[in-house]
Amino acid sequence: MLKLTLNGKALSLDADPAMPLLYAIRDIAELTGTKFGCGMGLCGACTVHLDGEPIRSCVTPLSAAQGKEITTIEGLANDQELHPLQAAWVANKVPQCGYCQSGQIMSAAALLDKNASPSDSDIEEAMQGNICRCGTYPRIKKAIKEAATNLQKVKA
Amino acid sequence: MSQIKTLNRREFMALTGRAGGVLMLGSALGGMGLSVLSSTASAMPITKKADGLGQELGAFVTIKQDGSVDIICHRAEMGQGILTSVPQIIADELGADWSRVNAVLGNADPKYGNQNTGGSASIRTHFAHIRQMGATARDLLEQAAANKWGVDKSKVKAHNHQVTYLDKSLSFGELAEAASKLPIPDADSLTLKGSADYTLIGKEDVALQGVEKIVTGQAIYAQDIQLPGMLIASIERPPVVGGKVKSFDATEAKNVLGVVDVIRLKDRSFPVNVKPMSGVAVLATNTWAAIEGRKKLKIEWDHGANESHDSEAYKKELIKKVASKGKEARVEGDVYAHKFDSSKTVEATYTVPYHHHMSMETPAATAVIDGDHCRVWSGTQAPQWGKTLVLEELGLDPKTDYDKVEFNTTLMGGAFGRKSKNDFTIEAVELAKASGKAVKVVWSREDDVKHGFYHSTAANYIKAELTDDNRSDNWIQRVVAPPIAWIFNDKTTHLTDGDLSLGFADIPFDIKNLSCETPEVTTHVRTGWLRSVGNINNAFALGSFVDELASKAGISTQQMWINLLGEDRTVDPRTEGFKGYTHYGQGDNKDYHLQIARFKGVLKEVVAKSGADDKLPEGQGWGISVAASFNSYAAAATKVSVTDGKVTVLEMHTAIDCGLVITPDRVRSQMEGAMIMGLSMAMESEITIKDGAVVQNNFYDYPVSRMPQVPDLHVYLVKSDHAPGGVGEPGLPPILPSITNAIYHASGTRIRDLPIKKTLKV
Repeated sequence: MLKLTLNGKALSLDADPAMPLLYAIRDIAELTGTKFGCGMGLCGACTVHLDGEPIRSCVTPLSAAQGKEITTIEGLANDQELHPLQAAWVANKVPQCGYCQSGQIMSAAALLDKNASPSDSDIEEAMQGNICRCGTYPRIKKAIKEAATNLQKVKA
Repeated sequence: MSQIKTLNRREFMALTGRAGGVLMLGSALGGMGLSVLSSTASAMPITKKADGLGQELGAFVTIKQDGSVDIICHRAEMGQGILTSVPQIIADELGADWSRVNAVLGNADPKYGNQNTGGSASIRTHFAHIRQMGATARDLLEQAAANKWGVDKSKVKAHNHQVTYLDKSLSFGELAEAASKLPIPDADSLTLKGSADYTLIGKEDVALQGVEKIVTGQAIYAQDIQLPGMLIASIERPPVVGGKVKSFDATEAKNVLGVVDVIRLKDRSFPVNVKPMSGVAVLATNTWAAIEGRKKLKIEWDHGANESHDSEAYKKELIKKVASKGKEARVEGDVYAHKFDSSKTVEATYTVPYHHHMSMETPAATAVIDGDHCRVWSGTQAPQWGKTLVLEELGLDPKTDYDKVEFNTTLMGGAFGRKSKNDFTIEAVELAKASGKAVKVVWSREDDVKHGFYHSTAANYIKAELTDDNRSDNWIQRVVAPPIAWIFNDKTTHLTDGDLSLGFADIPFDIKNLSCETPEVTTHVRTGWLRSVGNINNAFALGSFVDELASKAGISTQQMWINLLGEDRTVDPRTEGFKGYTHYGQGDNKDYHLQIARFKGVLKEVVAKSGADDKLPEGQGWGISVAASFNSYAAAATKVSVTDGKVTVLEMHTAIDCGLVITPDRVRSQMEGAMIMGLSMAMESEITIKDGAVVQNNFYDYPVSRMPQVPDLHVYLVKSDHAPGGVGEPGLPPILPSITNAIYHASGTRIRDLPIKKTLKV
């Protein structure tokens, strides 16, 4: 049995330890907010947090997540309130098809955890692994900056 | 892609449940053979919904018990924002409070009219009829209120989610039940709002439907469907189109933990249509097991006749073909009687590769068969067409057995034309039938890249002579590309009139002697609609060529466009030598005839706003272009720098005139998306074929633009009183030439063969 913590809840899985985390999250835990995009860690659609670090769940074997805390898009917000990034995404009407946005938001959340006021190039550096085919990058950038500002206001 | 013809009275009656009727799917793009669906529209009685939770007022509107309103979006959502725009139009006419409106994606059902979502057609071909749907529900609520108060209906008014008369008011929720018992009003009796009274249409502050579900991971796409006991299928398909399984060994695959079954798919013959052709499926309890099992399959293929296809050699053939006269599509005057003066003549050939849609969500569909009832969930642009194909697959009669298939639509994680083809849906149905289980077919990224319906590689040739006043009286142009029609009829040897209507033979210039031609061609891969379709290569060629003419003449590119476009006038290519013009399905609708002033309007707007006529430092350049497509007009200006053979795109600007704007923010987002997709296509994306098989695999060899490559983007909406035009596609065509023209003005390097990465570093 593999034991991990998914969005704060303990989870025991009887699964192949080589299985990428993505498929365990989607097919077994049935949390489908985390998306498949490439299967090679190239597009970022499957981004989740492993002990707070952004990782590509499509290339992370379950064995590597053993005993660690996994946070998915479903676990990002506290209680009923949207995370400031999610709120900024709504306010800036970021999504088009929306499919990549879980991964985009999870990458952005990891960035803001480390860097409270990222510059344009900090954002590009942190987000270049997340592809959006619809073309929402300028709005993502704007939303990240807005969320950073809002987070700082909350802290101040 | 197809559109329903303008809704006539009989169809309106069918939609509102007054009478049965026949809804026809027709093809706008020149006989591409979309299936014709004949079905008696089910009567829409105004009764309580089965769940008892609300009252349906016509096919699109349900008033819930809490007074909130569910409004159907019958068109497929793939990121274009139609889930907001359709309910927005209906809610405006209804007089609903937008904060109490919930958009519901409509399943495949002919009662909604045409659901085949493509051709940027949702608003331009449905605006009138969905307004009638809103007006119908509003009229019922007003009549119910008038009856309660004992006054004439003309005295009461629905607005802001209630109906009022003098100081009295009743909420929609209070009126719903009484309204649902009234007869549906006659279409002719309905008065639609004037544009001055719009409360939602064209307004900036309209919240997007469904966005909170997206940002919290709750939105459901085709990949996300989960059914009890469902198996996941991963399919190995023939690498070459027309290939078949010769033999296979599944012994090792079946030993993989979690693998339940291995099923050989049917071999299907040409024409390929939109159906799967062959393959071996591994069915497992989870995706990983299906993928691992599939790796262990041993398959011997019979590759078939297309094994010799090589895209490089093919492109050379296309270039050779457009050097000679082809089948005439449009002729004015006699250009071949003219002797071209080489000192005033420009002649050039432009090529684009095959392209792939590369939606972030790979294709997926789920099916389960229970007795003689089949349920399907698919992320498709064409739910009704898909349902017809499912009925056919199961040997059911669309006339008598239509309700035996329940075809549920999901959101799509991008589509761009790919998901009009329901091959993946048919795979799910075939496997559900063969296995007796619920089956979700999921495509890997490699499956998606290697088994697409690609944008046709194309060669365009143009030769024109300048007049002394820098116009042209003599012009020859040719285009050749594997026609999409081939998938429906494998005897097809030429692009169709529909193909040639996409920015080619509808060239809006005032030219005395003009010949537009298309040479014969053979086809070896599945080609299909990809955002703006033939406009991609046609606008790249024309936009580049006008820039080349301007350089030859020593005038600005903007001035060259204005000279060639000529006097402001209305252009109907059918009366100017192009009888087969398909007009994006608009027939005789004069609202949509080409307007020269609108071409000039967007061009002037983008140049003025971007500053594209400003002088730039050495090594930098502006490029501009303009194109009309899908009944809209778009112009682009792009600024680049070229340093040591490397291109950097610095700014991109688009001006669009799409007539009446419904959701301004979604028009902007589509223009932003078109700029970025155009950037990917121009700079680095291409599909190549070797030994009949697609060479590319994933994002590493079919790269698309990432955040650091994308410059500042600017969108200008040109205010317009014209009828609504398309939005999803028209932004793309001018982008590619605006980039390559900018490269020319920055560096002197003229790119005629895409992608740019073959010539310069990107």
